[in-house]
Amino acid sequence: MCTSFMQQLMVGEHQLGTATLVSRTSLTAPTTDTLKAALYLTTATINAATTVYTVTGEVSGTNYTAGGITVTNATAPSSTNTSATAGVAFFTPSASLTFTTVTLSTAFDCVLLYNSTQSNKAISVHTFGSQTVTAGSFSLTMPANTTSAALIRLATT
Amino acid sequence: MLVTTTKGDMDDSLLEKREGSVDNDNEYTTWTEYWLGEELVHRSVHVQLKKTVTLTSSVASF
Repeated sequence: MCTSFMQQLMVGEHQLGTATLVSRTSLTAPTTDTLKAALYLTTATINAATTVYTVTGEVSGTNYTAGGITVTNATAPSSTNTSATAGVAFFTPSASLTFTTVTLSTAFDCVLLYNSTQSNKAISVHTFGSQTVTAGSFSLTMPANTTSAALIRLATT
Repeated sequence: MLVTTTKGDMDDSLLEKREGSVDNDNEYTTWTEYWLGEELVHRSVHVQLKKTVTLTSSVASF
């Protein structure tokens, strides 16, 4: 598979087969989708089968708004060939996710990234050890945006 | 240093500071707690994700 194709999937340049998606507002002056990050309780069922953001199982507490926070999305996806037959496309949000001065008393252990511009469609789920926050901040530092460490990678073998 | 707590901003000299961390294949997480006596009044958490989400694809050959 062409590596650039994977990168282009990330930016929505391809729609194979019969068109099913509503076109972008403008193809000559495209806009960036807004990505968001929501936190979920340890009791929630949020996993690879999740297709869309849901309030069910989402954390709640002081200074946390349902739907979570907007993800800083200033870095374009990249792609590179790792051999003549393989490559990787990758994307990492350009800043840490920070929930500032929140109180989240019920244990939570995952974050859902989703596209709020495209009907809140789910992108990825990332889990971590169970946590609570008390009048403090919760931050998720992004990994390096590299072929081997980026948060989201599409790879051919 | 002032610390945001459940009781408003407090000088850290009045509080007991406790810190911890977890380092495994999935994450490196640190947390900082401030206690007023037996009461937890502040807890902040910092998570660095290590695992990435990878979609691996292949194409058929003829």
